[in-house]
Amino acid sequence: MRYLPHTQEDIQSMLQAVGVDHLDHLFSTIPRDCRLKEALDLPAPMTEWELNDHMDALAGQMPGPGHQAFVGAGRYEHFIPESVSYLLGRSEFVTSYTPYQPEMSQGTLQAIYEYQTLAARLLGMEVATASHYDGATALAESLLMAVRITGRKRVALSSLIHPLYRQTVQTYFAPTGYDAVELPYLPDGSTDLSSLSQLDDLAGVAVQSPNFFGVIEDLQRAGEEIHKTGALFISCFTEALAYGLLKGPGAQGADIVCGEGQSLGIPLSYGGPGLGMIAAGKAHMRKLPGRLVGKTTDLEGRLGFVLTLATREQHIRREKATSNICTNNSLCALAAVMYMASLGKTGMRELALLNHDKAEYMKSRLKQAGFAIPFERPTFNEFVVEFPKGFEETRKRLLEKNIVPGFALKDFYPELYDHYLVCVTETKSREAMDALVREVAA
Amino acid sequence: MKEISELNLPEDVRYAEDHEWARIEGDIVRVGLDDYAQDQLGDIVFVELPRVGAKFQKGDEFATVESVKAVVECYLPVSGEIIGVNQALEDAPELVNQSPYADGWFVEVRPDDLSEYETLMTAGQCLEKLKGAA
Amino acid sequence: MNDSLGTTGLILNEPLLWEKGKAGRCGFSLPKRDVDPSPLSRELVGDGPDFPDLSEVDVVRHYTRLSQWNFGVDTGMYPLGSCTMKYNPKTNERQASIPGFSGAHPLIPESLCQGVLQVMAELEVHLAEITGMDAATLQPAAGAHGELTGMLLIHAWHQKKGAQRTRIIVPDTAHGTNPASVALCGYRPVPVASDDQGILSAEAVAGVMDEDTAGIMITNPNTLGLFEENILEIARIVHAKGGLVYCDGANMNAVMGMVKMGKIGVDVMHLNLHKTFSTPHGGGGPGSGPVCVKKELEPFLPVPRIVKQEGRYALDHDRPDSIGRLQAFYGNVGVMLKAYSYIRTMGPEGLKKVSQLAVLNANYIKERLKDTLHLPYDRPCMHECVFSDKFQAPHHVTTLDMAKRLMDYGFHPPTVYFPLVVAGAIMMEPTETESKEDLDSYIAALKAIAEEARTDPDLLHHAPRKCKVRRLDETAAARKPCLAG
Repeated sequence: MRYLPHTQEDIQSMLQAVGVDHLDHLFSTIPRDCRLKEALDLPAPMTEWELNDHMDALAGQMPGPGHQAFVGAGRYEHFIPESVSYLLGRSEFVTSYTPYQPEMSQGTLQAIYEYQTLAARLLGMEVATASHYDGATALAESLLMAVRITGRKRVALSSLIHPLYRQTVQTYFAPTGYDAVELPYLPDGSTDLSSLSQLDDLAGVAVQSPNFFGVIEDLQRAGEEIHKTGALFISCFTEALAYGLLKGPGAQGADIVCGEGQSLGIPLSYGGPGLGMIAAGKAHMRKLPGRLVGKTTDLEGRLGFVLTLATREQHIRREKATSNICTNNSLCALAAVMYMASLGKTGMRELALLNHDKAEYMKSRLKQAGFAIPFERPTFNEFVVEFPKGFEETRKRLLEKNIVPGFALKDFYPELYDHYLVCVTETKSREAMDALVREVAA
Repeated sequence: MKEISELNLPEDVRYAEDHEWARIEGDIVRVGLDDYAQDQLGDIVFVELPRVGAKFQKGDEFATVESVKAVVECYLPVSGEIIGVNQALEDAPELVNQSPYADGWFVEVRPDDLSEYETLMTAGQCLEKLKGAA
Repeated sequence: MNDSLGTTGLILNEPLLWEKGKAGRCGFSLPKRDVDPSPLSRELVGDGPDFPDLSEVDVVRHYTRLSQWNFGVDTGMYPLGSCTMKYNPKTNERQASIPGFSGAHPLIPESLCQGVLQVMAELEVHLAEITGMDAATLQPAAGAHGELTGMLLIHAWHQKKGAQRTRIIVPDTAHGTNPASVALCGYRPVPVASDDQGILSAEAVAGVMDEDTAGIMITNPNTLGLFEENILEIARIVHAKGGLVYCDGANMNAVMGMVKMGKIGVDVMHLNLHKTFSTPHGGGGPGSGPVCVKKELEPFLPVPRIVKQEGRYALDHDRPDSIGRLQAFYGNVGVMLKAYSYIRTMGPEGLKKVSQLAVLNANYIKERLKDTLHLPYDRPCMHECVFSDKFQAPHHVTTLDMAKRLMDYGFHPPTVYFPLVVAGAIMMEPTETESKEDLDSYIAALKAIAEEARTDPDLLHHAPRKCKVRRLDETAAARKPCLAG
């Protein structure tokens, strides 16, 4: 077996050194009544070639070439340069461990320091962490951070934050005794903050922009309203690429920024792994959850990098840690910095503009075809469209043609029964958009 | 790390179980961390101090001290209100290592009950305890 | 030293990303613009992030050079205790990047995603079989996330019974994530000490178990590399007072095909796919921490559940007792594909052999090194063993010094200063993918280092010497943190 190098001679020689006759005798400390008598009921082993065939066959039961999904809703299809995939495959990055021994991990450490820097610049904040699991858990952790900082016990979340993020927050908050309140939305598709003044003991208030409807929220105003209550302003996002174009949350008064970085060079992969991002100001640095890489020098004055402020973390602080996180999504952060490095300032701007403009084109074509766009406020690369009654039939027909025409909102927003969230990224050509409009209008 | 005989345990302060020291200075009590604790911790990187105005009972956790790889909670040796904190420690936590009984002080306390001070260990008692535990 | 694996060679310096490049360069093939620009209000538009502009060559050279400063499992041995740094099979990478899988959006209809749903459903079944449990969830993103899930499941189970408890027993050998996860769930961790044999005694657990204790969080085998021999009795004691048994399955590599946790009293446990199941560590993640449960905890598992209806796989959200979601989607699918491939490659006998050889390798190291390094528990170990720096103390050489010197010899150091119950702990887990000759090379290196400790301690105090950087000033990094450039 190609991963098990021991020959029979090796095994005999080693058993002798240990002073035992047989491999089974190595397990003598396991009480008899704990030991398995039967073999594991698992399928027989496959050769590499059988495995390839097996997995190719299963992948054959997935969307294939020509598949067009106009779906975002927290996971976005973007082009990933071959150079990024190639670099990410370097085994010194892939097969290395968490850089607790910095002298032999300077590659990972400098790369993550670079990621922290570019992430902070993207969001307009001073400090970004080395990654969390995904946008949903990053939001939950950010709200817990606000509770830690302020000592207050209530948080408020816009109902236009991704529904699955809000569910995750509920799960994290359930055993804590802290209260999580939802803020309604206005007819224009933005968050209604008017009830904030009636809430007390607020530790943090979270608003997503662009929000789940794709609408760009007025973060400046939101921040002002939130700060009046003494709470921290938590700005959340699901589409990191938006900040290649839009004014960043840091510039609009956010105290903590959190969200999903999957758009930055990480494949869709049926929802995971993702890239949770958290950023804050230096004032709150020591209350951040997750790993942080810092710059320093070695004993001969050379520039180097180390994990730092580790006393916040579980391996030192244990039950008083800022989080229980140990393994994070480091390789995904690496993909993100490689992607951001490849795009650069110029490329990022152009790509974000392309996303916006293509989505606007789709929006205008759908309007022309007679479909209602309920929220007139500006959007980035997603927007809500109302399809007519009986759209289910059209939808089935489109699925058979390998086209997914948006994400139905009714399960999360029952009041928006015939409404769909349509996403257009740079991956959708004009022809593909025209084809979709033709199909739904038919 | 220092040998017990190398430790600096001045006579003009009293010592608590967890190696905080206290010194009466007029109306107030000044509190810090003793030489044994700073030596055990190694290079101190951060000290988290309470706000002025905070009130504690004797034995309450009032501060934390961090080295690179460890965190230690500090417990107030006398009940009272915090009327001063050592801002210098924010930029120079190493003062605790360099000058634990002078420039590395933590807080000034307006004590509720000075008789609590008498229950703390003298330098001699502290030294005996350390020798006994060794 | 002429035979040492560790040597020096030409690697290249590389500045920080923003110290390179020129305005106007781009390393990305921007798609053609086939629509007109659409105006956006100036108030909404920002200046764009201050990223450097780099060509593809700039980016490729940069990260190629950085990678060469790293040590990985593909470079050499990583005997980190409780990390299971085994070889990462390359075929796993191929499977995870098949476009049908990597290009699938999680919110498109299940009818279009039968392939990945089948992989996930089968993986759940295989993991439940390996652990002897009744059901599994693949949603947690890492071991600690799995621990939190387990705590939430226990919390929900007690809640359903109408009585909320406040404590969880946590042994002194527990990994730091254990008490941290306990606290995140609003429980208070209650410590229990291991005995002089390095394991938990039933009496010690009985001494702290009461009707306000929701359960116990054990690791088996524990972080000393020892099997918790009293587990059946311990589980009985906890169950008798209405508590549940959580097992941190980080050390599963020692007992596959030898022990089924579900049969020895465990009610809920997590696994680490990036440890036992060979998926790569990626410099810190992503991992995956599936949780396996006994039947009575199944109703509380996170949603959605993968179900099979009329021969088709679907995602079922209708679970009224579910604790909810632990992350937005279904878990780290990219990682699951690799673990699934591993299980299908090894088969049942293969996985048993993995555990047998992992335990053989650890015992071999233990026997060959016990006269070189102090062995606090001189007993048969499982897949890892723990030494200390007691023998080297007279020479003023510490665990840290020896760890740093090991790098010069071409090995990643073992885990140091953990578990906390052993002062100066050195925890070694070779894993089954290390050959006898590599183990012998590692043993020889440690013997040479122990000799250096006697004859030239200063050499060790200033190690490593051959790495790209020498020892780093971690104090300055923590006093004046510089976290972004």
